[in-house]
This record gives sequence, C-alpha cells and structure tokens, in this order.
Amino acid sequence: MTTSEHIEHSEHIDSDTGKLGMWLFLFTELFLFGGLFIVYAVMRSKYAADFHHAALELNVLIGATNTVVLLVSSMTVAMSLTAIQQKQKNLAIGLIFITLILAGVFMVNKYFEWGHKISLHLYPGSEVMKTLPHGEIMFFGLYYMMTGLHALHVIIGGILLTIVMMRISSGKINQEHYLLQENGALYWHLVDLIWIFLFPLLYLIT
Amino acid sequence: MNNTSATVPLNYLNHKTGLWSWLSSTDHKRIGLLYLYSITIFFCVAAVLGLLMRIEKFAPGPTIMTAQTYNGMFTIHGIIMIFIVVIPGLAAVFGNIFLPIMIGAKDVAFPKLNLFSWYIYITGACLGLYSQFANGHSPDTGWTFYVPYSAEASSNVVIALTAAFVLGFASILTGLNFIVTIHRLRAPGMTWFRMPLFPWSLYATAWIQLLATPIVGITLLMVIAERTLQIGFFDPTLGGDPVLYQHLFWIYSHPAVYVMILPAMGVVTEIFPTFSQKPVFGYVPIVFSSLAIALVGYFVWGHHMFTSGMSYESRWFFSFLTFLVAIPSAIKVFNWLSTMYGGSVDLKPPLLYAISFIFLFTIGGFTGLTLGSLATNIQVHNTDFVVAHFHYIIFGGMGFGFFAGIHYWYPKIYGRMYNFKWANIAWGFLFIGFNILYFPLFIIGIQGMPRRYFDYDPKFQTGQMISSVGAVILVIGLIGMISNLVYHVRRGAIAPANPWHGVTLEWQIPSPPPHENFDEVPVITHGPYVFDNPHTKND
Repeated sequence: MTTSEHIEHSEHIDSDTGKLGMWLFLFTELFLFGGLFIVYAVMRSKYAADFHHAALELNVLIGATNTVVLLVSSMTVAMSLTAIQQKQKNLAIGLIFITLILAGVFMVNKYFEWGHKISLHLYPGSEVMKTLPHGEIMFFGLYYMMTGLHALHVIIGGILLTIVMMRISSGKINQEHYLLQENGALYWHLVDLIWIFLFPLLYLIT
Repeated sequence: MNNTSATVPLNYLNHKTGLWSWLSSTDHKRIGLLYLYSITIFFCVAAVLGLLMRIEKFAPGPTIMTAQTYNGMFTIHGIIMIFIVVIPGLAAVFGNIFLPIMIGAKDVAFPKLNLFSWYIYITGACLGLYSQFANGHSPDTGWTFYVPYSAEASSNVVIALTAAFVLGFASILTGLNFIVTIHRLRAPGMTWFRMPLFPWSLYATAWIQLLATPIVGITLLMVIAERTLQIGFFDPTLGGDPVLYQHLFWIYSHPAVYVMILPAMGVVTEIFPTFSQKPVFGYVPIVFSSLAIALVGYFVWGHHMFTSGMSYESRWFFSFLTFLVAIPSAIKVFNWLSTMYGGSVDLKPPLLYAISFIFLFTIGGFTGLTLGSLATNIQVHNTDFVVAHFHYIIFGGMGFGFFAGIHYWYPKIYGRMYNFKWANIAWGFLFIGFNILYFPLFIIGIQGMPRRYFDYDPKFQTGQMISSVGAVILVIGLIGMISNLVYHVRRGAIAPANPWHGVTLEWQIPSPPPHENFDEVPVITHGPYVFDNPHTKND
C-alpha cells in the first residue's frame, strides 16, 4: 500500500530538509523577541534615567550565575550530539540529562528571583508599582515580559530535550538518524542565545 | 464510493473515504481542500456581516442595528476576512494543492506539520468566531486593535487577540513549509528559473509570512499582557507609547497585504499564458517583481500612520517607498497584458476573472498612490476612500484572483467541469455589483464620509444607497458562483486531464490527481511556458 511508504517517508525527513526548516523557525523566534527588543530600545531612549534606577534592583550575581548555567548547558547538549554520532548512547543520554538539570537550576534561580521581586511588591499592577515613575514601571514590565517569555522557551526546550532523551534510550535516535536531537540542540542554543542578549540589556546596562 | 472505486481510477479523493481519512490526512491536496472548505464557510459568514452593515447604511440613523452592534460587526468582519480568509487564502488553498505538483514533488517538505498548521488555523478561527458571541460583547476595536482603546474596551478583545496570534502561528508554519519545499523538493531538472510563476509568488509570500508575522505575534501578546497584567507598553497613562503600537502592528500588517495579493498575482500569471496559448511575457521580470514587492513592501508600513505623529523625514521616506513599490506591481500588469497581446485569447471564465483582476487591481493600485501621497493622504485618511481602495485591492485583487484560480483549477481538483454559462452570468453580477458597491465609496470618501461610522450626514445618502444596492447585486453573484461550483462537484461533466491546454506540470497528470501526484518522478528539460501552438513564438 502506498500509504505505508508514505508514512515511512515522512518519519525520516532528510536531514538537510529538517534542519533548514528548524533554522527558519529559529529566525521567526528571533523576530518574536526582536519586537520586544524594539520596545526596549524605544523605551530605554525615552526613560534613560528610570531604566538606570530600575535596573539596579536586579541581582547581577543571580543573572551571571544563570548565564554560566545556560552556557554550560549549551555545551553539554552539543557534546551529546557528538556522543550519539560516535555511537556512545549512554554518554549522550547522560549529557542531555545534565542539560536538563542545568535547565532546572536556571528555572529555580528564576523562581527565587521573581519571588523576591514579587515579595517586594515589584510586579505590574501592584500598589508599590503605581507609585514608581513611568520609566521604572516600563522597565519592570519589560523585565517580566522578556524573562517570562524566555522562561517559557526554557520549558519548551526542556520538554523537547526530554523527548530526545527518551528516543535515544529507545533507539529511535541513533547514529544514523539524529535529526530530532540536532534540532533540539539548535533550539536549546537559541534559548541560550536570547539569554545572552537579555542578560546585558536587563542586568548589566545600568 | 466503494462500488465506483472499481471503475473510477484511484485518486486522492477516493483512495480512502470517511471523515477521519480527511481529518488525519497528510496529503497536501486534501489539506488544501480542508482549507478551501473552512475558508469558504468563514468567507460566507463575514460576507453576510458585510451585507448587514451595508443594509444598515442604506439610510441615515439606526436602520436594522444599534451602533454598538455595528462596531462589533465591522470588527469581526475585518478579523474574519483578514486573518481567517485572505491571509491564508490563496497560499493555503492553491499553494497546498498545487505547489508540490507544479514543482514535481510528491508532497510538501513537512506533511505532518502541514496538517498540524490546519488544526492551529481551525483553533484560531474558532476562537475568532467565539469572540463574537461570548458574553454578548463582541470586540469593537476594529481589526487593527489600536491602543489605547483596545487596552481599555470592555469587550472580548483578549479572545480576539489570542485568535489573531494563533492564526499567525499557522501562517508562519505554512510559509516555512513552502520555503523548505521549494528549496529542497523541486523535480530533477527544475532549476529556479524553470519553476512556474505561481510557485515563485508563493516563495516571495512565504518569506513575508515568516519574517513579518512574529512581529505582530509579539505585539498582540504585549496588548494581551497590557490587558491582563497591567503592563503599560502602549498605554500612555502608564508611560507607554500608542504610536509605537501602530508601528509594530503595521510592520506586519502592511506586508500582510502582500501576503494576500502576491499569490493572487501568481495565479493570474498562470492563467494568462494558458488562455493566450503563448509563453508568459517577461518571465524573469515577473520573478524579480515578486521578490521586489516582498522586499520593498516590508518597508512601507509608515504610510498607514501619516497622520499619527511621525517626523517629516519619516513621512516622506515612507511615501517615497510606497511609490517605489508601485513599480514592480506595474511591471506585472504590463507583463500580463503583453502576454495576451498577439495570443489566441480564449475568454473562458478563468480568464474573465483574471482580466477583471487587472481592472480592479489597477484602480486599487492607483488610489493607493493617492493615499500614499502626503498631501492627499490628510484629506482622505480614515474616510470611506480608504475602505474603497482597500476593498479594490483585497476583494478586487485577492478575491477575484481567488475566483480566477478556483475556476482555473476546478477541473483538476475535482475531475469535473462547472457550467460555463452559469459561471459567466455569476461573473457579470459579481463584477458589476462589486463596482457599484465600492466605487461610490471613493466619491463620498473624498467628500468627507469617515470610515467605520454607523450613522452619516444625509448629504452622503445617495452614495451610501447606491453602494448598498451594489452589495445586494454582489451577493447574488456570489451565491450564483458558489452554487455553480458546489453543484457540479458531483454532477458536472467529466473533465479531461488538460481542458485548457495548459503546459505546467499539474496539467500533465490525471484529473483528479493520483494520491502521490506522479507515477514517476518528472524530469524537467525546459522552461515552464512552452506551447506547441504554431502561430505563436516560443521562448
């Protein structure tokens, strides 16, 4: 029957085709965040002093820790790809597992960071926030929107890598067919890349 | 169906039957038909809303509805028509059905993603419809969702915004699929410049979908955050900037106009050579004008905001680029006309629609330049002139392009032929009704009739009345056209594989096409428009 051929055909999309699709998708993700970067740029030039004050509220140490955590996780996910190409299945699983742990560390840090701000009533719509100047309200609005959207991408990336890990262990991803793992790693690098932009914009430029 | 399948050769329509075989199909042709049916349903809903609005405006003062109902109607009419009907429109329907066939492929690059996109699309479409009815507060912001009003209005704006966001996602994934398909799946020998021009226009369209849609996605998310989390990106009382919203919105929504019109241009570019039996005039210029429209069209968004508060420099720059984008559009018009010149022109319904496309698109294009000039823009901004211009482009252009396409490819899609006489009469009603409906709006627009107003000064009544009469004629034409097409899906005469003597690949396979399109992979040895006609010269 032609259908069975057809399904098999679509399950192993040729690797270059699959990667081209992923790269295009990553472009759209960059444009998605690009919209926020434009708003950031406009608002920063409009309220330079307020942005300066508000940015001092952010904890550079936690931000820097999370940057290191994500950079290391990007490395481990890349290493897992090399491992699968060299037929080291267990090493690949282990490295993805480390990546997932690091993603968890990132999210826990984020949780404490947000929790601390919220305990200080620094969240949109709070009474404290309403007393702040416009620029500071805008900074925190952007802070929550940008890091929130980024955190959502961390979660999606984590789910994707979990699926990759399960497929490696079941043998569906192997030395010949590792397109999904490659795309998962590409996505994870994007998560990392966007953070590399968010960190200086929000934490370092004061 | 089972009885007939023994006699009728297996094709994509009958190789499997049952509702689930359609809803779970990754066959690009079936997905295209799913889009066709859903788009047609939503088009009819929004067309009825449009007709009701026109009836309301037949006389000044409240006629059949309240002002608030009217506000909801023009908003939902806009949201459905723009986001659910014309943006997916030609690309999702004819692109899905014919792009793989025309480049000699078995399917798109990611068939499962293609089906998934349709489900996303349907989710967004249902959300859009739901926003009209939930709690009896249909959104009243207009399809542009301008802040600060959209941040404050008590109607279902969040649902409508979410709908637009979800639909944008479907659009991105379709564009992505098409780009990869064109890059990777062309048949052996089909070089870029041996590709037919409809795939080329889809290629340009797909890049706009991919690069512009995320911007509106994040913008809509920011308005949602503004309403639900009280983050004031665009609300001036919280320090936000409403003009910034307009920029971000039009960065997508102007290129979106080209997402609508480029595939329509691609369709008529296929029709003119076929019905003139003559190679398309100026293949390469048409290719590059498509790409130029996509590229320049990305940078003209500011012309929607000439009166919103922009620096003089930005205004003349956007105005200049707007005039620039008219050049590739005009190149295409010249090419279409020159394609017909000296050919053996056969005035069948598809060509009739394609010629009316040129006529209406040209009127829409020229009035676009009126709007793109800084001085005249101030006079006609936000008047019915804009409404008329817009409908000449979108309905007269994209709509008639779609009608041309469906009449052109109908025999290929269903293996049956519709009734020509019926189609011609319906075309007459559509074309005449269209002009009676929209042309008076140019005039009362120049006289100062604002758009989106429920009521009007009695001095505009003549124009409004004529326009409303046109709406009724147009709807009669629509009913005639759709019933002709629907009726003949099962009852029409059996169509041959190549009823129009077309030369592109879709005409070289049986009608309807087999499930996997080609029995053997086609090998391409020449350009797409080579005719055997001894009276005309081939390239």
